[in-house]
Amino acid sequence: MTGAAEWRLRVEALDKTFTLHLQGGLRIPVLRGESLVVHAGECVALSGPSGAGKSTLLRCLAGTYGAGGGRILVRDPAGAVTDLAAADARTVAALRRNVIGYVSQFLRVIPRVPALDIVAEPMIARGMPKEAAREAAAVLMRRLNLPDRLHRLPPATFSGGEQQRVNLARGFGAGHPILLLDEPTASLDAGNRAVVIGLIAEAKARGAAIVGIFHDAEVRDAVADRHHPIRPLPDAA
Amino acid sequence: MSAPLLSAEGLTLRFGRVPALLGVSLDLFPGEVLAIVGESGSGKTTLLRVLSGQAAPQEGRVLYRGQDIAAMGEAALRRLLRSEWGYVHQNPRDGLRMSVSAGGNVGERLMAAGVRHYGRIRAAAREWLARVEIDPARMDDLPGTFSGGMQQRLQIARTLVTHPALVFMDEPTGGLDVSVQARLLDLIRGLVADLGLSVLLVTHDIAAARLLAGRILVMRRGEVVEQGLTERVLEDPQHPYTQLLVSSVLAA
Amino acid sequence: MSGVPGFSYAYLDEGTKRMLRRTLLKAVAIPGYQVPFGAREMPLPYGWGTGGIQVTAAIIGPSDVLKVIDQGSDDTTNAVSIRRFFRRVAGVATTERTTEATIIQTRHRIPETPLREGQILVYQVPMPEPLFRLEPRLAETRRLHALADYGLMQVRLYEDIVRHGAIATAYNHPVMVDGRYLMSPSPIPAFDNPKMHRMPALQLFGAGREKRIYAVPPYTDVVSLDFEDHPFRPIRAPHACALCGAADSYLDEVLTDDSGGRIFVCSDTDYCATRQAARQAAE
Repeated sequence: MTGAAEWRLRVEALDKTFTLHLQGGLRIPVLRGESLVVHAGECVALSGPSGAGKSTLLRCLAGTYGAGGGRILVRDPAGAVTDLAAADARTVAALRRNVIGYVSQFLRVIPRVPALDIVAEPMIARGMPKEAAREAAAVLMRRLNLPDRLHRLPPATFSGGEQQRVNLARGFGAGHPILLLDEPTASLDAGNRAVVIGLIAEAKARGAAIVGIFHDAEVRDAVADRHHPIRPLPDAA
Repeated sequence: MSAPLLSAEGLTLRFGRVPALLGVSLDLFPGEVLAIVGESGSGKTTLLRVLSGQAAPQEGRVLYRGQDIAAMGEAALRRLLRSEWGYVHQNPRDGLRMSVSAGGNVGERLMAAGVRHYGRIRAAAREWLARVEIDPARMDDLPGTFSGGMQQRLQIARTLVTHPALVFMDEPTGGLDVSVQARLLDLIRGLVADLGLSVLLVTHDIAAARLLAGRILVMRRGEVVEQGLTERVLEDPQHPYTQLLVSSVLAA
Repeated sequence: MSGVPGFSYAYLDEGTKRMLRRTLLKAVAIPGYQVPFGAREMPLPYGWGTGGIQVTAAIIGPSDVLKVIDQGSDDTTNAVSIRRFFRRVAGVATTERTTEATIIQTRHRIPETPLREGQILVYQVPMPEPLFRLEPRLAETRRLHALADYGLMQVRLYEDIVRHGAIATAYNHPVMVDGRYLMSPSPIPAFDNPKMHRMPALQLFGAGREKRIYAVPPYTDVVSLDFEDHPFRPIRAPHACALCGAADSYLDEVLTDDSGGRIFVCSDTDYCATRQAARQAAE
């Protein structure tokens, strides 16, 4: 990481509490006053015990969860800054399309859509011509050891590891300036772990700001520039 | 960002003392799929009818490309409904002419738009039947000889043949078997993306909304209780009713 | 009976005739538009021309010469009865000659001899609504007319070609009047449709049971619906008339014996008789 790199993601005093109306309005605070700055070309690993709120933070950064308080400032490559925490749905959708890439733990399978199209879709959404996107998707899938015979099949019947690699190809393919990785190597063998380490290194080299949850110490040590601890909050009474 | 294609402002409609719509406002933008979810009786279908000009609200207004549809006149509104707009009914029998061949059903909107060339109408019908995965060899068969899923796909072809900008869909997968639903949803998903359609999708099927819609609007007793990005509303629902709706579905 | 105190001229009372004339004026003013009217009971059953008779009764005067045809023929029971009726109640002269008539009441045909200015052709119409087989709701058909929303009719012609390889409406082929209203030409053969186009005579249509009157003023465009690649074609049997030799008239097929013998003769009896007389005179 170069010292002159500008920040891409700035989290300020983020709060997140879940209110479970079906359990009599039970309130579960998960994040309180969370702050974090991530620069271009930097990879930050979230650390902390299971249940501390690492995935919750990642999902707030992805716009999947709404923030309860505080700000999530996102700077796009053109320099425009948007507060994700306050943005309306269409702005969030545009940021997710163009700026924020998110690799979830599990692939959400879409019936009947071939794996290749699932991988190519975010690239097409960012404006790449269809055929070029399919070509790029195929190259990336081969690199993740997904043979060509699988490209035309819907991933519903794939193994967990194959599905996860489709998910990774989908997340890395579009070259988003911000990447959020939720246990990207959880169900991968050593060979594919190495591929993912390579992909993360390349993303950093092109200036992506990365926030990830890495249970695998070997992967974490290989990619993370620093750790950001998340401490569990005491349950509200 | 671009101006909304369709806007509703403060729509209210009561049937007697029962409110079907209470101050409903929404914007639909070009190329966007907006799902309206809620249980039966929540006012979803009434909202769709008001938005498409088939029922008048007691309060509020609906704007299409900035123009109040109540001020358009019936002729202009009908012209919209058979050209720039499309309406896909839950029951394909409500949207098809059962005594007219599949090809004639697809060609009707073209003929209404003034196309008078039999060969070109046939060619368009053939192309659209193939697009909705109906064997063009069945073009001259009556819709009554088709399965429910095929009838629904035929209704979609009939609606999309004029390349509408805006399509209203009322529970398009409602009466179908689960296996058929998935195929239809995927077909709609592909067509919406290819044609850049704007869609107002009324459904009680959360999975359909998740698959098709970028944004979602949750209705209960005529009111919008929550709206936002589909994934956020489904993953992080705020309103008690939305939490109930989501938990009942995703538990399966 | 005319001129007899206590009886109205031409059967109908003056109030009814005024109502009918107002309706007719409106119909002429909006070519092809079906104007509702309060049809009266007439001394013959529905389907025998009650609409046509009311229209004729409303426009006829003592100096008129009336011709009545039924399927082109002047000598069917119905045509003879209607002629006799108007001789009695209106004191008019009647004729079988197309050229001599000022008013021609017709069921299902237009005479072969071209009509001229000043003549009036009165059609008996059983079903005035061209969309009735396609759209059963009358209120909806009215809305379709109001909006000139006629795609549905075109769909029916499309279905004809699908099923029969050609537009198969031999009778009652729908027409657009003055580029605005879709109109049923009453069940005349499609062969006669072109005669309606820019006809010098006034055409009036009366539907008694359905209580509708419509009209085509002289020299109005009347265009049969079709497709560019399946143009409308007036069809006639590919024969010459066995009696007068005409090769351009609409023909009826007539069985001549029990063993399948048949001949084709002009449906328009006046046209045929006139041609035969001319031929005999020439010999």
